[in-house]
Amino acid sequence: MADVVLEARGVGYSYGARAVLSEVSFAVRRGEIFGLLGPNGAGKSTLFGILSGLLSPRTGALLAGGQPVDPRSRAYRARLGVVFQQPSLDLKLSGRENLQLGASLYGVPRGLARERIERALALTELGERARDKVEKYSGGMRRRLELARVLLHEPELLIMDEPTQGLDLASARRLWRHLGELRAERALTILLTTHDPIEAESADRLLILDQGRVVAEGSPAELTARADLGGDIITVEGDDPAALASALSAGLGVSAKVTEPETPNAAPVVTFTAPRGHELVPRVVELFPAGRLRAVQVRPPSLGDAFLRLTGRTLAGDSAGVAA
Amino acid sequence: MSASTSTSTRDTPAPRDIPRPGAVRLTTAAITTLVARDLLRFVRQPSRIVGALSQPLLLWLVIGSGYGGTMRSAGEAGYLGYFFPGVVAMVVLFTAIFSTMSVIEDRHAGFLQAVLVAPAPRLALVLGKTLGGTLIALFQGGLFLLLSPWAGFPLGSVHWPAALATLALLSLGLTALGFALAWAIDSTQGYHAVMSVLLMPLWIVSGAMFPAAKGGGWLATVMTWNPVAYGVAGLRRALAGGDLAPGLGVPGATAARELIVCAGFAVGCIALAALASSAPSRRGRPARTSGAKP
Repeated sequence: MADVVLEARGVGYSYGARAVLSEVSFAVRRGEIFGLLGPNGAGKSTLFGILSGLLSPRTGALLAGGQPVDPRSRAYRARLGVVFQQPSLDLKLSGRENLQLGASLYGVPRGLARERIERALALTELGERARDKVEKYSGGMRRRLELARVLLHEPELLIMDEPTQGLDLASARRLWRHLGELRAERALTILLTTHDPIEAESADRLLILDQGRVVAEGSPAELTARADLGGDIITVEGDDPAALASALSAGLGVSAKVTEPETPNAAPVVTFTAPRGHELVPRVVELFPAGRLRAVQVRPPSLGDAFLRLTGRTLAGDSAGVAA
Repeated sequence: MSASTSTSTRDTPAPRDIPRPGAVRLTTAAITTLVARDLLRFVRQPSRIVGALSQPLLLWLVIGSGYGGTMRSAGEAGYLGYFFPGVVAMVVLFTAIFSTMSVIEDRHAGFLQAVLVAPAPRLALVLGKTLGGTLIALFQGGLFLLLSPWAGFPLGSVHWPAALATLALLSLGLTALGFALAWAIDSTQGYHAVMSVLLMPLWIVSGAMFPAAKGGGWLATVMTWNPVAYGVAGLRRALAGGDLAPGLGVPGATAARELIVCAGFAVGCIALAALASSAPSRRGRPARTSGAKP
């Protein structure tokens, strides 16, 4: 059994009578990137609050190194680096001052802190802007600075809440590359929450949360396989999707459904699954007169599809489900 | 509940043992860090100095000279002199309010979270914020005290140790009180409301604007229960060189009692702030919508 850094056993939490987490159990192994995947409202933020030491679980326990720990205890928090969804930097201070502040809040001795700060500034390529106030930094720079700050006390476990939320694609990729380097360099264990199935693909293992409960756990590949999605996903776009769906079902012997799109304001589309989907595409096109279809797309199943299959909901919204 | 599950007997290798600093070190480090941060932010915002000093200054000059004719009983120095220690207390009050309002701003900007997850105890947060605000209030109040010759108190005759001790204790108490309030309030607007219904009245009935005798019996009674009144009276006494003309302070109070009440007020408010902060912050996390976007 791999070395477990942090384990949750039957963790539950409720606000008054409303249970937001129940019986959540998982184990994070040393050196892995562990993702908590779920839509907004799945209980990720509450779980993050417990893991970061801001809340105590109402039921169940956290274990570190096999021993039960109180997440609000000093010893637990000292081993943790926490990156919140919204940067917790002091915008009126410079980049370097923010790093100094972070180091001294965790009691890093001054000389050691100075050394690590210079190294962190070089690593994050923020050296030239170290004297500027953080309010002048871009979103990507702030993330990098924040990450550098929470690593100054060399935590065992880095936990991040939606780390790429609000970042442009280039900054998000850069952040992931940086996380990969950190993990390789110092066997850092990383736990992060996300609602983005594409981002979740980068994790080693995932815990899928829905409505405060664990739906599934495993590597992205295992989860997609376990959801038993029946092959490739074929998406067909065109007017009157209900008519399209019945024509496709009748003509190809598949079970085509009208599905709400993942992006808001887009029109509903028709989807169905089939093994070796690319072979079906010519037949789909031949079923309809020219101009009837706007687009036909084939892709392998993703984590988003697995989530939909496992929970009946999309990751995009709390209630956006499968339409009739 | 916390350890209700069976303890694992699995052979888990012990986590890499990195030496971690102890509680005392973490506490002092956190306090000095937060104090340094507040001072740094203060010197970077000169408008705060101007704001906290100019309003009391204007008030002092306008009301002080306007009332001059009507408040003859106020003492030999005239009303400008009577009003002066009250205005110094107001400077301290305003500074305490400004600096603790940052607790609310820090929460909304996300910064507070970083402090809350750090391993230092909550008391370090309370003391760090309170001491930072106190130093700033002491500095601004002290600066204002340098105007005392114009209020009729020559610098040489002021009892400085008593003046500064009173000022420091009053600053400590009001800043800690501000912290406790800010901890429980979600918006700066709400804080302004509390300021006008709680903090300002505390100052108004402290004898800052008129002596107990002018307000009739009720003011004397209120003053004996208002800790800020002892601060104002202590300052008044120190400015006058240690002796207070009868009827100008808290009825029946001595110099020692003034200092003791101020000290008790400071300790009580710090305890209140520590108690408030041991509960989860009013909002565990900042609003998703607010704050920093490039």
